[in-house]
Amino acid sequence: MNHKPLNNRAWFFVLPVLAFVMFSSIIPAMTVVNYSVQDTMGANSFFWNGDQWFRDLLDPSTEIGARFNDALFRTLAFSLVALAIEVPLGIVIALNLPRKGKAVGVSLVLMALPMLIPWNVVGTIWQIFTRADIGLFGAALTGLGLHYNVTEDAVSAWVTIVVIDVWHWTPLVILLSYAGLRAIPDAFYQAARIDGASRWAIFLNIELPKLQKVLVIAVLLRFMQTFMIYTEPVVVTGGGPGSATTFLSIDLVKIALGQVDLGNAAAMSLVYYLITLTVCWVFYTIMTQIERRRDA
Amino acid sequence: MTRITLDGVAHSYSGKAQTERDYALKPLHHVWEKGAAYALLGPSGCGKTTLLNIISGLVIPSEGRLLFDDVDVTRLPTEKRHIAQVFQFPVIYDTMTVAENLAFPLKNRRLPKPMIERRVAEIAEMLDLTADLNRRARGLTADAKQKISLGRGLVRANVAAILFDEPLTVIDPALKWKLRSKLKAVHRASDILMIYVTHDQTEALTFADKVVVMNEGKAVQIGTPADLFERPQHTFVGYFIGSPGMNLLPAKLSGARASVDGIEIQLAGAYPSPPKDARVQLGIRPDYAMLSAAPGIPVKVRRVTDLGRKRLAHVSLGAHHMVATIPNEMSNVGEEANVVFDPARTHVYVDDILAQGTPT
Repeated sequence: MNHKPLNNRAWFFVLPVLAFVMFSSIIPAMTVVNYSVQDTMGANSFFWNGDQWFRDLLDPSTEIGARFNDALFRTLAFSLVALAIEVPLGIVIALNLPRKGKAVGVSLVLMALPMLIPWNVVGTIWQIFTRADIGLFGAALTGLGLHYNVTEDAVSAWVTIVVIDVWHWTPLVILLSYAGLRAIPDAFYQAARIDGASRWAIFLNIELPKLQKVLVIAVLLRFMQTFMIYTEPVVVTGGGPGSATTFLSIDLVKIALGQVDLGNAAAMSLVYYLITLTVCWVFYTIMTQIERRRDA
Repeated sequence: MTRITLDGVAHSYSGKAQTERDYALKPLHHVWEKGAAYALLGPSGCGKTTLLNIISGLVIPSEGRLLFDDVDVTRLPTEKRHIAQVFQFPVIYDTMTVAENLAFPLKNRRLPKPMIERRVAEIAEMLDLTADLNRRARGLTADAKQKISLGRGLVRANVAAILFDEPLTVIDPALKWKLRSKLKAVHRASDILMIYVTHDQTEALTFADKVVVMNEGKAVQIGTPADLFERPQHTFVGYFIGSPGMNLLPAKLSGARASVDGIEIQLAGAYPSPPKDARVQLGIRPDYAMLSAAPGIPVKVRRVTDLGRKRLAHVSLGAHHMVATIPNEMSNVGEEANVVFDPARTHVYVDDILAQGTPT
């Protein structure tokens, strides 16, 4: 039997945090819930609207529904593309980082640098970098005769946003994978050499299984962050050209703060939140189930 | 079957050794005869694992040559050497079943499928793994995992040697005995050269035909278990082998007599007088120093330990402490007693090296 003494004093440490979360998240979230079931004409007069905002949002034949559908598809596509590039790339780079000596510190710091730059600064850097007239990158591509213009061409805009995210956040996958790889004892590599395993067999049978846990974390973090992407496209493309890079978060801000369409916006932000939560929960459950089944 | 020759093999992890102390393994000449079972015995950090890794190719020695029969393999990569090695801690491939784990070394070498299946079945049978063959290796106990590691070492039929690096450390004592006799049986059946690293003398002495005792990167004695026990070439061997180890008493030497703190002790032979500053020690195993009612060397008994099968007396001989055996017929041990040394088994060590006497 395992009897741990109960100590209620621990609550004193938790209460301030709870109070803070109450004011920073829970109460504001409740206002959002409030807006999502009512309509307002301003001047603090509210009318009950039931689930009508949600019905509109989830019905693609309505204007808001179509808009939500498009933005959702764009955002999911962006997440998938970013994950499909960042996770394999991060693993490959982590596998090739030095394991000992001074080079370890130098390469890790260099790798981590992009992560230290705030989102809006990243956006500004790339906005200037990609300008066709004065930007190093944009001007160089234009000089080579390529059609590259972030504000006019949808493909250019998409590629740029993906490249920014890869540059900014692959380091997270690299660092997590590197830590996971370092945790593998030397004996495993030695045994594999004795067993005559090829490089690919070592990766598949030793490294990848041992990386599984950190990769679940990496994929979850990268999914949540890419699914919520906002600052970079706002600064670099402004969601354009047209609505080519208008992701859910950008559309949400446009509806809520641009059109002051609070009912639609509230319903949308709740659904947006639930989608993120559901995807993460499903992914996490599947991965831990696979793990458990393997142990059995 | 292969004979493995170490020709002045030495290793220093810092690259080039500047002084004696830089060596993890000091220059060593030795021939591992084909088909023999060897044990490498020594305390932790004495260079056993380094030597093993040099033979398997995981470590490239900084000096000397390694020959398989007459072929120089010093720089040949591990996977081309036909060497199997089992490590101290179980290494299993998580994603595979037990059968796939055992088949892995054979599959990588592209053996025909029926042959792989036959070998896997044989090895599984031998190690009692047949019932688990289709289970995932990862959920098994540490014992079972180490058996899989052992199995992967034994499964390759055409290896030059199988190296074991303290393979039974994590195994439960009861199973340890079983596995050790299994290994011995495998050795008898296969005639493959086996080298077994351990710091446990019982393990070394029961497994091996010949034991290499190592200390501080040096092989101090290579011999049969009986050699090591009866005629340790170095005080370290005397002390390290046997439980408790050999008694070592500082002595003065004159011909066939030694004196410890002024107490005269008769030797089996006459010894040349040692160099002036040399350290002379008398070595006698507790098994051959008997407490006696008859006249002998007077000692004071400090403590008696009863090991069940035998009783040991911790005594003071002059100012020195030593351990002697109490004969079964002696029931009462008082504080004053006499001890009798077997002259044939009383050795003289000059600067830690066994000195040769001429029989008188």
